[in-house]
Amino acid sequence: MRTAFTDELLELAAQDERVLLLTGDLGFTVLEPFAERFPDRFFNAGVAEQNMVGMATGLAEAGLHPFAYSIATFASMRAYEFLRNGAALHELPVRVVGVGGGLDYGHNGVTHYALEDVGIMRVQPSVTVIAPADPAQARAAVWATAELPGATYFRIGKASAPIAGLDGRFELGRAALLGDGEDVAIVALGPMAKEAVEAAALLSEEGIGATVAVVSSLNPSPVDDLAELLAGVPLAVSAEAHYLTGGAGSLVAEVIAERGLDCRLVRCGVREMPRGDTGSQAHLYETHGLSAAQLAGATLGALGLARRPTQ
Amino acid sequence: MPPSPGTQDYRALAARIRHLVIDESMRAHVGHIGSSLSIADILAALYGGVLSLDGDDRDRFVLSKGHAALALYAALHGVGRLDEEELHTYCADGTELGAHPEHTLAGVDFSTGSLGHGLSLGAGAALAARLQGSGRRAFVLLSDAEHNEGSVWEAAMFASHHGIANLIAIADVNGQQALGYTRDVLDLEPLAERWRAFGWDARDVDGHDPAALAATIDELDTRAGLPHVLLARTTFGKGVSFMESQIAWHYWPLSDEQYEQAVSELDAATPAQAGAA
Repeated sequence: MRTAFTDELLELAAQDERVLLLTGDLGFTVLEPFAERFPDRFFNAGVAEQNMVGMATGLAEAGLHPFAYSIATFASMRAYEFLRNGAALHELPVRVVGVGGGLDYGHNGVTHYALEDVGIMRVQPSVTVIAPADPAQARAAVWATAELPGATYFRIGKASAPIAGLDGRFELGRAALLGDGEDVAIVALGPMAKEAVEAAALLSEEGIGATVAVVSSLNPSPVDDLAELLAGVPLAVSAEAHYLTGGAGSLVAEVIAERGLDCRLVRCGVREMPRGDTGSQAHLYETHGLSAAQLAGATLGALGLARRPTQ
Repeated sequence: MPPSPGTQDYRALAARIRHLVIDESMRAHVGHIGSSLSIADILAALYGGVLSLDGDDRDRFVLSKGHAALALYAALHGVGRLDEEELHTYCADGTELGAHPEHTLAGVDFSTGSLGHGLSLGAGAALAARLQGSGRRAFVLLSDAEHNEGSVWEAAMFASHHGIANLIAIADVNGQQALGYTRDVLDLEPLAERWRAFGWDARDVDGHDPAALAATIDELDTRAGLPHVLLARTTFGKGVSFMESQIAWHYWPLSDEQYEQAVSELDAATPAQAGAA
């Protein structure tokens, strides 16, 4: 997904000379094409994320469109106040690119797990938050956000396989729906759509019909799409490589509560700070109940409880 | 020998800024007075002649020590860019003239208030000018305590590495911070040597001689070479005897008696033509 995003960024830069790329000394084998093609518009800011994002504000004030690239944890948290008091406050087109959202950096440990980036970005009313589910969505998101006048945060995962049936559909403020089951809606944050689609297939074998809602755009969030979907199902299961608070699960809870929907919510996400347990992404998904089988199991369990009075 | 007209103009603007700082802080009953008085002469130099203030190619100015915003409002008023009625809304409900500057106010390019952001903003603004082939400059007015922030040094490293010569930092070196003297909190000296070690053209200057400050800035090569920092040696609370170098005046507002004394001291020191302004 990283390469898809940066390939598209290269194309955007070719068409739009306002586009600059700053990096916090990260992006080995990914950013070289940009640096070679646009050497005057590429700056390695060094391992100094605060200054990188602060400078981006100064560049954007003059009409430029700087992209500031780092690992998602550093890009989102180390420079957070600089984005908040900078591009967010001044409503300037700074694009912060955080690579490796969620548990993507498996073996690297908790310092590299972005488990709250969507939450802390989403609370800023003027920051658009984009979490593409697959490479095609990442490409589409580059163009869909190109003219946004304010700040954007991209959570760019490592997943390289396309999500079946998504076909690169991406629209700001919209959720992409996969399937049309009416027993449960599985609301997946970005790349978690892969597990959600597999969970839906497992549920289908059990006679349970699921619709997967892929949430890749927050601020604007797909509130209307979710409200329409959740009005027609008794159960929503949110799935995200993110802490339970602040991400997709919180968004679903907000929609259900504010629209007064009769829909139960089960949130699947990271409940505790992962300490002393690193490994592959698959291992970590198992640890935190995010594998497809576990999502299906959580759904069945919730439906079982829901069905108890009528049995 | 009488001072040159230029020198007199700068002195008059500085005196006007000091009077306005005292009047408006009294009106609003808020503090940060000493910090504002500390930079009155620096702002007189900048707004009295150094800064190009109009159009997209105007110089950019970042008041990184945003808590001295009142001095900036006074300077803008002193050069006819902020009317009196609006100035009088300082710290009132619904005003754009808060205790820290807001970019929504005409004449303010960047909102500030959290220390350590301004040099990065200025570095970006100066780099943008270079990328766009503009001769405009970016000025950043830092506090000395602000040098405690690591981000200042991140920006310093970037600017010197990339030879951003159109970036001019001015440090208000009054030796004080909120809870004590800088030498007791986190000693900054030797400050000029530290900036030079980071690759900057660093100069110690008198922060209370606006004409000399303006002349020094005019001599800087902002087309090529090193970024510049002027370490403006100042006295906190300059011009009001009971505030000078006193830690408490970082926060305190004025009483009626203190206001009367401050005004009489400023009047006594004011060049003749400034009193009528």
